[in-house]
Order: sequence, then structure tokens, then C-alpha cells
Amino acid sequence: MSGQAKSGKGRRRIAVLVGVLMVLGAFGYLLYGGIGDNLVYFLTPTELLARGESAYDAPVRLGGQVVPGTVQWDPDALDLRFRLTDGAEIVEVHSTGAPPQMFRDGIGVVVEGRFTRSGVFESTNLMVKHSNEYRAPHDMEKPEEMYRTLIREGGGQ
Amino acid sequence: MTETVTGSGSGGVVAGSEGAPVDTREERAPADVAQLTRGKAIRALTPVGWLLLGLLLAAQLVAVWISPPDRDMGHLQKIMYVHVPALWTAFVLFFVVFVASLMYLWRRADRYDLVAASAAEVAVVLTGLGLVLGSIWGKPTWGVWWTWDPRLTTTAILFLLYAGYLALRSFTEDPERRARWSAAVGILAFLNVPIVYLSVRWWRTLHQVQSSPSTVDDPYVLGLRLNAIAFLLLGAYFVVRRYQTARLEREAEARVQEASLRGI
Repeated sequence: MSGQAKSGKGRRRIAVLVGVLMVLGAFGYLLYGGIGDNLVYFLTPTELLARGESAYDAPVRLGGQVVPGTVQWDPDALDLRFRLTDGAEIVEVHSTGAPPQMFRDGIGVVVEGRFTRSGVFESTNLMVKHSNEYRAPHDMEKPEEMYRTLIREGGGQ
Repeated sequence: MTETVTGSGSGGVVAGSEGAPVDTREERAPADVAQLTRGKAIRALTPVGWLLLGLLLAAQLVAVWISPPDRDMGHLQKIMYVHVPALWTAFVLFFVVFVASLMYLWRRADRYDLVAASAAEVAVVLTGLGLVLGSIWGKPTWGVWWTWDPRLTTTAILFLLYAGYLALRSFTEDPERRARWSAAVGILAFLNVPIVYLSVRWWRTLHQVQSSPSTVDDPYVLGLRLNAIAFLLLGAYFVVRRYQTARLEREAEARVQEASLRGI
């Protein structure tokens, strides 16, 4: 009876040990195995274009920087066009609706949508990526200063 | 974590309750004294709590006062002073759960189990706070409340893992088994903490990588540090309080069991 209980306990210990090893192995695989490469939140323009034929009409996320000077915003039609780059390739993006307030030239964005055969990425969702920088405005950019400037300019007119 | 009275049912009075079984044993006096002393210790800690709450409020006010609106996001930047310290403190407390769980499996002493449980509770609340504030911050800056990027996803998993840890605790009746099982979960779940922290470096994310004093202007750094300290201290205070409560609960449980064994 006691011998049976003992072997039962021993078997359970082995089971627990195997379970722990399996979990650790799974974590190890997660960390150092292939999933690191497969877990891709967004594609770069280079990667998207490298897909060739299969790049078209598949729902993907595309990330990059807004090429300065390429933003065309039509506030009446809520229509936005700009170019997105990763430094190597450029993809033209079309989106409707007002972009987040931080959207501007040169900022990082991630767009969700499809790359169409016309060569334009039709975005259904535009997200602005913030950098890890937090900067105080320059002297002339202080809100009070800007306000004062505005008042002065307003008075001069 | 001051006193050392063990809850092995050494007499004493059940704190004011409806017709609680009257303890008639002789060795009751010393336990009463110990409990009185402990009661004093517990009450003496209350002003510390108020002090730390005041410290947190002061840190928040100072941070908000000294930081100019950020060049990109304006006043929204100030969400940082709660979002970041809450999650930092949660990470520290998850480490406490990890160490206490190891200690429990090694020493099999109740107090390690209770420390782990207390730290986990506080850390889960802080993680939830960090997630909610991150979402509120994300909407006006990123344009979305939520997106399944690796940082956000792994953080959501972190929250669920430890919520599961707390659920496991409440579903397991036997204290010894509860302690063993939750120690195992408390150790394994911690593996996710470094993954959450490094996710922004390992994978592409919408969430930015960690800032450092070189990427953040001085007033923001100072505000963040003040609040990190305040959050850490207040978090530690809550853990100590929760631990004290857990000890009292454990003793009350033991009393009830003892009384029922004696057959009322």
C-alpha cells in the first residue's frame, strides 16, 4: 500500500518535471527559435514590394516614415495621400478620414490595408508611431510665445 | 513583515463576531498579548500610508507643474507619469512573486506564499492601470485604442497570467496545495516579464522602445523619477498591508477549523 503510494508520488513528480521542462522548452523556442522572425507586426515597403505578385490585395500592415513634402490632405473630402518609405523603397498610400493629430511630415506611421494593382496602398486604418523622444518646445515654440506672436500678428493686420 | 507569530491555532480571541465559539483554553493569554502588540503595529502603519499617498500626489503635482507640453503630443505626455511608474512597479512586484514562490518551494513556509499572493494582487491592479492608461494615451496619439503589436499583446498576456494566478488561488481550497500550485505558476509566469520588457527591441511594434535620459528632456526625466519612487513606495506599502490582512485571514480560517474540529 505504502509502496504503491510512493511510486504514485514518484510518477507524479516525473510528470511535473516533464511539464516544467516542456513549458521551459516552449519559452526557449519562443525566444531563440524561429518565431522571432515570424512575429512581424508590420512589413516595410521593401518587404512588401519584394513579395511580388502575392503583395497585391492581401490584408497587411505597412510601416515606415512619411516622406517629407508628399502629404496631400483634402480637408473637405477627408482624403489623404502621402508616400511611405523605409529609406530604400517608397510606397504611395491613400487613406480616408482625419489622421491622428500627431501625423505630419517625416513621422513614423503604420497603415493597415491592401496594396492594390494600381500601385497604391489603400489604407483602412492609419496609426502614428511615436518615437521614444520627449522634448520640450524650443524657446520660440513655447505656447505663451506662440500666443503672443499670434496676437502681435493679429494686431498688425 | 515584522512579527513572527505563527497561525498554528494557538488560542486567542476571534475578533468581534456573531456568537463566535468562545475559546476556553488556558494558554490564551500570551497569544492575546501578541495579537494586541500586532494590532498596534498594524495601526501604527496607517499614517505611513497617508504619508506615501501624499508623496505620490506631490510627485504628480510637481511633475505636471515642471513639464512643458511635449513638442509632438502636448499635454498628453503627462499620462507618462502614471502609465510608466505603474508598470515599472508591477514588474518589480512580479519579481517579488517570483522570488517568494521559489522561497516557498524551498522552505515551505506559509509566509512566502502569502507574500507572493499579496505582491501579485497589487501588481495585477497596477498592470491593469498601465494597460488602461496606455489605451487612453494611444487613442489620441496613435489613433487607436488598441492594436495587437507584440508589446501590447505580451502585456495583455502578462495581465491574464497573473489574473489566472489569483483565480487559481481562490479556486483551490487546501492551503498547502494552493501554495504549491500557485508557487509553480508564480515562477513560470515570471518568464513573461522580460519578454514584455524586451518585446519592443526584439520585434517591430507600434509601441516605441524604452526612452532614456538622452532621449527625454530633463523636466520629464525628473517628473518620471519622482513618480517612480512614489509608486514603488506606495506599491510596497500596499503589499505589506495585504500581507498583514492575509495573515489575519489565515489565522481566522485556522480558528474556524479548530472550532469545528472540536465539535460545537
